[in-house]
Amino acid sequence: MAQSFTGRERSLQQQRVRAAYTFLAPMLIMLAVVAAWPLLRSIGFSFTDATADTIFNGESKWVGFENYLERRVRSNGEVRWRGVLVDPDWWNAVWNTVRFSAVSVALEATLGLLVALVLNAEFKGRGLVRAAILIPWAIPTVVSARMWGWMLNDQFGVINHMMMSVGLIDAPIAWTAQADTAMLAVLIVDVWKTTPFMALLMLAGLQMIPRDMYEAAKIDGIHPIRVFFKVTLPLLKPAILVAVIFRALDALRIFDLIYLLTPQSDATVTMSVLSYRELQQFGDYGEGSAMSTLLFLIITGFVLLYIKLGRVDLTGSKS
Amino acid sequence: MERYVFKTTLFYMAVVLIVIVAVYPFYYAILTSFETGTAIFNPNVLPEAFSLANYQAVLSKGAFIRSVGNSLLIAGVTVAFALLMAVTASYALARVRFRGRGLLLMTILAVSMFPQIAVLSGLYELVNLFGLYNSPFALILSYTIFTLPFTVWVLTTFMRDLPVEIEEAAIVDGATPWVIITRVFLPLLWPAMVTTGLLAFIGAWNEFLFALTFTISETQRTVPVAIALLSGASQQEIPWGTIMAASVLVTVPLIVLVLIFQRKIVAGLTAGGVKG
Repeated sequence: MAQSFTGRERSLQQQRVRAAYTFLAPMLIMLAVVAAWPLLRSIGFSFTDATADTIFNGESKWVGFENYLERRVRSNGEVRWRGVLVDPDWWNAVWNTVRFSAVSVALEATLGLLVALVLNAEFKGRGLVRAAILIPWAIPTVVSARMWGWMLNDQFGVINHMMMSVGLIDAPIAWTAQADTAMLAVLIVDVWKTTPFMALLMLAGLQMIPRDMYEAAKIDGIHPIRVFFKVTLPLLKPAILVAVIFRALDALRIFDLIYLLTPQSDATVTMSVLSYRELQQFGDYGEGSAMSTLLFLIITGFVLLYIKLGRVDLTGSKS
Repeated sequence: MERYVFKTTLFYMAVVLIVIVAVYPFYYAILTSFETGTAIFNPNVLPEAFSLANYQAVLSKGAFIRSVGNSLLIAGVTVAFALLMAVTASYALARVRFRGRGLLLMTILAVSMFPQIAVLSGLYELVNLFGLYNSPFALILSYTIFTLPFTVWVLTTFMRDLPVEIEEAAIVDGATPWVIITRVFLPLLWPAMVTTGLLAFIGAWNEFLFALTFTISETQRTVPVAIALLSGASQQEIPWGTIMAASVLVTVPLIVLVLIFQRKIVAGLTAGGVKG
């Protein structure tokens, strides 16, 4: 009896596995067409001299690593290097991306934690405050870029007006146009838009911490600040880590906000924006794809880090 | 007692500050959208004018309404398409043990974190190859790249947490996997599908890079591109009033939706760790 039952179970399991493959097929085919194939083609373009004109007629030819790095010896024996890896514009974009990502994620994590701590306390109107902070997150990036572009306008912007009326500045600042403030402007808008998301992720983490831990600390007469650093922060660390890596991935590929808020500014151009310029404005599919491939490699590294550090539950076995 | 009052005041000041910072920029956009002429260039904190001229200007242009229609169509079809494929796929990933499942889930997660620029030139070629350039289908196809992995990931997380027992009775009765999905899981999945669908819709509605690259004519634009490319009578003159009116028009429905589904969205965000 027991024998036949396991036999039946096994055939059931086989039937389920067969069904599973059928169920996965449409998704897999779709992802192969819209993700895997275009990615491989883009990487492929980075090894050719393709341009907007030659991309379709097959006249582009294989150039190996020339788009990345090429050694040229001139007739007079002088050695010249060219390619993305020795392009100062590229390294400027890398530096901007890294700078933007590090500062924005650090600010968003800190402010997000503060907002989460406020929202974790019980007070009247907490629901309303939570609703209010969802607004920046709900606004499309294009809209927030335009909205803030208007508020930060050099002549008629309300930010300059406010700062001048309280005496913080003497003359209006061209926030988005000046090289020294452009990055600050981008950071302000990104922090404004994304802190709510961080706060909500951290609030979810905070609410998992059992209340009796705080009560025990209170009975022992431990100072709240000490409790925060000794109890809350260590317990919240996994949630913070996942949120930070996730945001970093998003920050590294930023495009919309910078493209719209500070167009053509060298002080803010990121890897995505530079690659887009190369592809769409200059029609250089070789170098543009080389740049996007390098960005892809960097982000893949971070994804692997996220999966490893975040201990993402892939097997479904509850930890 | 004095210390308590001091602390409470400080706390509520923090609360008020958070709310003002979160809400003020959109409030200011609304104020601007009702102003015309020189009033617009006069920064104010309280409403001083009320004119619907900017809204008339936006809505009288057929192109803007057209782009709202485009966005609705593209985001709607993309999401329906993604959900359809995600339900069966996430059942397989969440409830059936098979070899390579972990690797597959990891790949799906990795795809959802792709930088869009990394596939741009390949997709551009593909879209042209299929003859879809400058048509809504170009965007429906390309948006699948982020809506599909996201919906699959969130629905898988959700389905995995359902108890084994709900399936057991059906299996004992000899129900096929297809019947199990449609009869047992689908009724339970509705709430999760609404949330995931809404988040994927917002993602598709807001997308900018693909929409900018794969459309060229004014009639094919989506809302974000239309707002980004709104121009005034001359190149130098930026029509701030109309831009703000258009922004308010497309953002208010989103905010209303987000506020209605507030709790569910927060749960969905924390489950899927979705991008902002």
